[in-house]
Amino acid sequence: MAAAKKVFGAAEASDLVNELRRSFDDGVTRGYDWRITQLKKLLVICDNHEHEIVEALRDDLGKPELESSVFEVALLRNSCKLALKQLKNWMAPDKAKTSLTTFPASAEIVSEPLGVVLVISAWNYPFLLSIDPVIGAISAGNAVVLKPSELAPASSALLAKLLEQYLDPSAVRVVEGNVNETTLLLDQKWDKIFYTGSSKIGRVIMTAAAKHLTPVVLELGGKSPVVVDSNTDLKVTVRRIIAGKWGCNNGQACVSPDYILTTKEFAPKLIDAMKHELETFYGKKPMDSKDMSRIVNSNHFDRLSKLLEEKEVSDKIVYGGDKDRENLKIAPTILLDVPLDSLIMSEEIFGPLLPIITLNNLEESFDVIHSRPKPLAAYLFTHNQKLKERFAMTVSAGGIVVNDIAVHLALHTLPFGGVGESGMGAYHGKFSFDAFSHKKAVLYRSLFGDAPVRYPPYSRGKLRLLKALVDSNIFNIFKVLLGLS
Amino acid sequence: MEAMKETVEESLSEMRDTFASGRTRSLKWRKRQIAAIYEMVKDNEDKLCSVLFQDLGKHSTEAFRDEIGHVLRSATVAINCLDKWAVPKKSNLPLLFFPAKGKVISEPYGTVLVLSSWNFPISLSLDPLIGAIAAGNTVLLKSSELSPNASAFLAKTIPAYLDNKAIKVIEGGPDVATILLQHQWDKIFFTGSPKIGRIIMAAAAQHLTPVTLELGGKCPTIVDYPTISKNIKSVVKRITGGKWGSCSGQACISVDYVLIEKSFASTLIDMLKPLIRSFFGENPKESGCLSRIVSKQHVQRLSRLLNDPRVQASIVYGGSIDEDNLYVEPTILLDPPLDSEIMNEEIFGPILPIITVRDIQDSIGIIKSKAKPLAIYAFTNDENLKTRILSETSSGSVTFNDVMIQYMCDALPFGGVGESGIGRYHGKYSFDCFSHEKAIMEGSLAMDLEARYPPWNSFKLSFIRLAFSEAYFKLLFLMLGLKRSK
Repeated sequence: MAAAKKVFGAAEASDLVNELRRSFDDGVTRGYDWRITQLKKLLVICDNHEHEIVEALRDDLGKPELESSVFEVALLRNSCKLALKQLKNWMAPDKAKTSLTTFPASAEIVSEPLGVVLVISAWNYPFLLSIDPVIGAISAGNAVVLKPSELAPASSALLAKLLEQYLDPSAVRVVEGNVNETTLLLDQKWDKIFYTGSSKIGRVIMTAAAKHLTPVVLELGGKSPVVVDSNTDLKVTVRRIIAGKWGCNNGQACVSPDYILTTKEFAPKLIDAMKHELETFYGKKPMDSKDMSRIVNSNHFDRLSKLLEEKEVSDKIVYGGDKDRENLKIAPTILLDVPLDSLIMSEEIFGPLLPIITLNNLEESFDVIHSRPKPLAAYLFTHNQKLKERFAMTVSAGGIVVNDIAVHLALHTLPFGGVGESGMGAYHGKFSFDAFSHKKAVLYRSLFGDAPVRYPPYSRGKLRLLKALVDSNIFNIFKVLLGLS
Repeated sequence: MEAMKETVEESLSEMRDTFASGRTRSLKWRKRQIAAIYEMVKDNEDKLCSVLFQDLGKHSTEAFRDEIGHVLRSATVAINCLDKWAVPKKSNLPLLFFPAKGKVISEPYGTVLVLSSWNFPISLSLDPLIGAIAAGNTVLLKSSELSPNASAFLAKTIPAYLDNKAIKVIEGGPDVATILLQHQWDKIFFTGSPKIGRIIMAAAAQHLTPVTLELGGKCPTIVDYPTISKNIKSVVKRITGGKWGSCSGQACISVDYVLIEKSFASTLIDMLKPLIRSFFGENPKESGCLSRIVSKQHVQRLSRLLNDPRVQASIVYGGSIDEDNLYVEPTILLDPPLDSEIMNEEIFGPILPIITVRDIQDSIGIIKSKAKPLAIYAFTNDENLKTRILSETSSGSVTFNDVMIQYMCDALPFGGVGESGIGRYHGKYSFDCFSHEKAIMEGSLAMDLEARYPPWNSFKLSFIRLAFSEAYFKLLFLMLGLKRSK
């Protein structure tokens, strides 16, 4: 029973931004108390509405209760609690050091909100990827418009309902819709845009932002490689890869292990271990398992099917491959040595397919990774300390995780973001607060102590003194002042 | 142009190969390059003063203070601090993840593009260059064609001092910039106008290239006369020196206009006039201490701003223009209309409007009605006014009781917000500006929790819920069977 959908056109978009800007200019969002109140209400949403959130995610994605509870609600709860606990610290100015050239002076860096910001989120973790950035925007003191993804409609509707019910509508709003609404929103002038989604749309967002010189955070994706060394604990490695891939929205996650790189020698052992653990996790009939999300919609199902059907790829399936279009299910599928230029090895898979590429030696994995766009995450499983160090130093990715998968996004002390094709900017924890703040430099100078050296008419003596000041060498300064230079 | 396209492609290719070779990752290499910049500037001080005089009529003292000295300091700070800046930052991880470790390392973006401006052609080229090198990137610098002698100096001298497979210079105007922007860079650093900033960012968007845009705006200067009247001489000196003594008002952080209560305006003007004469003599054009306007177009632009009859009527000092000699006299306006062009675009020249208000608090409303500037200056000892300025206005920076000098404080980030820019640099911020902060987490293969893995059941769900909320005691009870799973 849906209420009549309100028309959202250019006028509505413009009115919305103007209204929020007025609220911001009136100072509604600046105070500590307002921010705390909003954050507490978000916490209440997590506590009192978890059941509805789980249901919406089941509707939209077939997401198992545990994934919804843990990877969306629990993470959000923690994010709220952290912001509530730390906000005073985060809002406090940072003192900066001054030098002899600016003496006497004191300096500090003040965090100030940017103004009215736009958060565009994605369909795969619709609650987490909507509310986590909103937590950042609110704690930094901004007014915010959230545009959830229409590909997760139950979640989008629930987000609109809950945020409207609990948060201050003069400063926090949700706009539901598809590309039309998004385009209308992008025509407006925002003080920051935070986007989670694909690299292709990331370009569109940044181009629109350029018109207004709006800074952006783009959380994109990529093909996150997993390098598996034979010198590792095989069982733990395989379990973590499986849980990280199929246990996280069935491979439909920006940091999902996209493909594996290992040696020709080790691959058979790895594949056997994977088959064994996959059966332990999901049973002999994984299509019947309730512990995996389904594919989000038929477009993506068809996209993934096409990846599997390509010539030279379809015969490389060594496990799985079953598909059920009506129920939008694809079984956990492993492929061995598909061509490096196949479609499945050229675009981000974002699904339950896992290619394993074998190499003569593990060294070659660096070249394979380096020859591709920078991913959001790169993973390595090994006991070899030297290899770990080399991997961390030379592989360029948003983040590097050794001996685990994806957990780094639960860590609020590490910045989470991409580089190159995988994005720009970062968030989580204080990094979220910083992402939505302007760090204003403030210098307090005294009106005493004026150095005539600063002013025309310029003379040789003044030049000497200036040079000495620049060197900040106290002896030179004295020499000049005493006329000894 | 075909030749230029080829040059750009070859340069890019060579710089990418150099970066891939790993040479620029070494801190020793970076320090050597920055030391070479230091030597280059020190060895060529006279030549630098000469090119800055040729391009902008800058006096050697001004050249040293604003450009040469700045670069020397910047290089020194970078060399002294690089080891510290490059140290990975350890992150504390919650107990749940024990014994995992986390850290953040600063990694170079790769091959970066620096587009500099004509008004401080040496420092606005070399300062970002120092940052890019300190962070371990290979760099292509395009200097501005509007300062051709400085540009030629950089193009000729940088290759003689620096590793020219890693650091390159290209000269040229908008057509060269257009070719450069068609290629993929790992970072673009631009100093210039908001109009061009938009073009740069739109071009960068095609390749998802992160940008730092150091733009401009109308930097207002509030003079709260009653609270600083005891030190009014200092105030007037700082404003005069700041406005006309630094590239004749052609600076992104120049005092653009002054705000003062009506009753004190004439006092201020009566002090500015003799001070201008004492700084620049009776004929500033001949003083040698006042920079020139950079080009005829800019003289015409400034002339047009003054041609508005309502603006003409507001001239209380100066106003003369000598287009052939690229000279605009230090000019003071009293209350030009707020809707005139001169009060709606960045002046970037030696014209100083003084806008009077009934109450100094009204300045805040005027500042807020305009785009966010790169800097706000306020001469006041009123703590309430200071607080209001800080909390009600937004700008790249705020400086109390001085002008321009925040540029020299390398503990402060230098950058804009809104129309005045994106990103920041100076000191460690330069290093960060050209670095990707890469998070690294290392888990342990030794400790494995069954609860992490499917098939799911209510025990595992309770376990993970409690673990995430860091309710360690409850977790313990659950494991000991003393707590029921939900």
